[in-house]
Amino acid sequence: MKEILLEHGGGGESTGKLINDIFLEAFSNETLNKLEDASPFFADGKMAMTTDSYTVNPVFFSGGNIGKLSICGTCNDLAMMGAKPGYISCGFIIEEGFGIDELKTIVKSMSEELKKNNAVIITGDTKVVPRGNADKIYINTTGVGEIVYDGLSSSGIGEGDMIVVSNSIGEHGAHIFVMREGINIKSDLKSDCRSLWPLVDLLIKAGIRIKAIRDATRGGLSAVLNEWARQSNVCIKLKEELIPVKREVKGICELLGFEPYHLACEGTFVMAVDREDADKAVEAMRSHEYGSNAAVIGTVDSEFISKAVLETGIGTKRILDIPAGVLLPRIC
Amino acid sequence: MCLAIPSKVIEIDHEMNSITVDTMGAARSASLDLLPEPVEIGDYVILHVGFAIRKVDEKSAIEVIDYYNEILADEQEE
Amino acid sequence: MNKKSKLSFSLLLDDYRDSHIIKKIAERIDQSIAGIDRKIRIMEVCGGHTHIIAKYGLEQILPETIEFIHGPGCPVCIMPKERIDHAYIMSLEKDVILVSLGDMMRVPGSYGSLFDARAKGADIRFVYSPLDTLDIAKENPDKRIVFFAIGFETTTPMTAALIERQIKESLKNILYHINHVTVPEPMEVVVSEDDSNIDAFIAPSHVSVITGAKIYQPIVNKYKIPIVVSGFEPVDVMESVRMIVQQFADNRAELEIEYKRGVTTEGNIKAQKMIDKYFEKDDFFRWRGVGDIPQSSYRLRSEYSYLNAELIFDLPDNSIDDHKLCMCGDILKGKAKPFDCKAFGKTCTPGKPLGACMVSDEGSCAAYYRYGRFNKI
Repeated sequence: MKEILLEHGGGGESTGKLINDIFLEAFSNETLNKLEDASPFFADGKMAMTTDSYTVNPVFFSGGNIGKLSICGTCNDLAMMGAKPGYISCGFIIEEGFGIDELKTIVKSMSEELKKNNAVIITGDTKVVPRGNADKIYINTTGVGEIVYDGLSSSGIGEGDMIVVSNSIGEHGAHIFVMREGINIKSDLKSDCRSLWPLVDLLIKAGIRIKAIRDATRGGLSAVLNEWARQSNVCIKLKEELIPVKREVKGICELLGFEPYHLACEGTFVMAVDREDADKAVEAMRSHEYGSNAAVIGTVDSEFISKAVLETGIGTKRILDIPAGVLLPRIC
Repeated sequence: MCLAIPSKVIEIDHEMNSITVDTMGAARSASLDLLPEPVEIGDYVILHVGFAIRKVDEKSAIEVIDYYNEILADEQEE
Repeated sequence: MNKKSKLSFSLLLDDYRDSHIIKKIAERIDQSIAGIDRKIRIMEVCGGHTHIIAKYGLEQILPETIEFIHGPGCPVCIMPKERIDHAYIMSLEKDVILVSLGDMMRVPGSYGSLFDARAKGADIRFVYSPLDTLDIAKENPDKRIVFFAIGFETTTPMTAALIERQIKESLKNILYHINHVTVPEPMEVVVSEDDSNIDAFIAPSHVSVITGAKIYQPIVNKYKIPIVVSGFEPVDVMESVRMIVQQFADNRAELEIEYKRGVTTEGNIKAQKMIDKYFEKDDFFRWRGVGDIPQSSYRLRSEYSYLNAELIFDLPDNSIDDHKLCMCGDILKGKAKPFDCKAFGKTCTPGKPLGACMVSDEGSCAAYYRYGRFNKI
């Protein structure tokens, strides 16, 4: 048997085998192994909870796959609230005919990523739908974690704060776009899909006064900063030349007419920190491989309230615009 | 209108009349069906929607930049 | 390897965007303009230039007496609604795959955009290169592939190259809906109006790579107006402005090429021959926001009628006007700025455009909306 069949979701013998051989094998822990209808867990203090569904196409990409993304994404959402990832649930919707070896690969990378976050899956579900009713595989994960750094909020940014990114931007978005059918661009670029908790943990331990922190996923850097500027009623001013962008991302942007600020990141965050802590934050992050290109990219003032503004190398300014829906390559 | 960018020729496929070009680390095949001049590996071409439409003229490309760079350098010396 | 090329991305991209050089050219412009006590209104015909001017905020470092007027050079923006409707209708026909370039997907016609048609079940693909259509045709031999061709002279020879390949490979299942338009005719329309206030043109770079700079000579001769063919990097645009200002200082009105690394007077003859082989000028094209312009577009030559989707599908032959609030006509002719329009940013936004200029990122209203002119954010 090489493929997922409808009977794998039927609740019978095949379902049991799938759960045992694939899911328990990879995710094994005391709570999950009991296979109860619901899993009990202890919580102490203020918790955060988040959920996300993953439908990425292609399922496998350079630098990760849908499974890795489903753990990184949800754990990162917790980390961005100052919460240490703890317990995860996962639901799979699999299209009939999906390869079992591929599923094993996906599950294996989920397990690896859980370890990096020191988190565990304690409950899960699998459904198989007839061929054509889903596109290969979808995963939903929900995560809960204890808030260890409280008070982060997109409305808490004030004048004088500094804007810092944890790494170069746009790699996931650029890579996924060129992997799509019909684009036919080859590049060594990888997705930046990675777990951010270790980096956040480092910052908290270094005593950095963080005001707001967000992974720049859909809509990229510009979506996050525009939202912050509006919610905090401030002007966020970036220096274009300080924003780290890899050469390959620039090349893809040139070819397709994109702006790197619009491209999704899956392992890079932007944060607003107290002015005095900005350099220290960059230094701390650069000590970790996931923060190797961390940089201060801008400041917060009140010149153009509710706007994110880019200062070009020639000293002119322009609005950092928000991307309009789906990214499309331009000829013009 | 008409996004077109300079790209470097890294491979030539005579049979398909196409080339592979590199744009700062992004590689793509491009057609030679519309290119009026011969190309060699290492040349830079202007690429529009998957077609090379012109070899970048080296002399003209350098001229403008050199002109201003010299002025800037002179000013720095002063 | 050939003789060592002195070109590099660092020269072609970084140096042509270098802030020191841009500032130096701005200084030069300040010097040349000192003796000229009048406004110089420069129309950049091409949306690509509008985009660069907005992106780099070039207006902010130029003297106030230089004003840019954003021209009609965006093939998506000027596409009249009825032709977008054609794409929509064809895409929903049985066994049709509609293929176009990414720019077309979001533009709304009277029924909706191609994204809307896709949500209704239409098979619509966008390609990076027109030649990618060949693969789609081969993979779907029982489908009719309609290539919805858009673009100015730059993109027209690519459609011709696709037809040539299709015929050579005896592929029967690709049809064409041709919307290729040309640059000089609308330039003449805007400059010939009695109340035209255009003092000079910055002419498009990549159109001119194909056509050669020669296509602008008649306009220079007839209207005694400076035209500079400019590249697409900020150094190019600044240098072109400097060349125009210098013409005013010297009391000249000439055709000059700034983008010499890509453009010659004669252009790309091979590409021009490809255009001529498959296309001929159509009697007129209806430009959204501007109106009918004679001889401003291409149609398939009659020998290739069997490939002409407009003759094969039952498509309505009507014309659809834009909303009456919309001032795109005046904006495209340089008589109004986006901020003059009552609908701008209110009922008309890039998400829900009322008229041509808001439709694509290259449109002047969209560029103003996205990047803002800084004093008006």
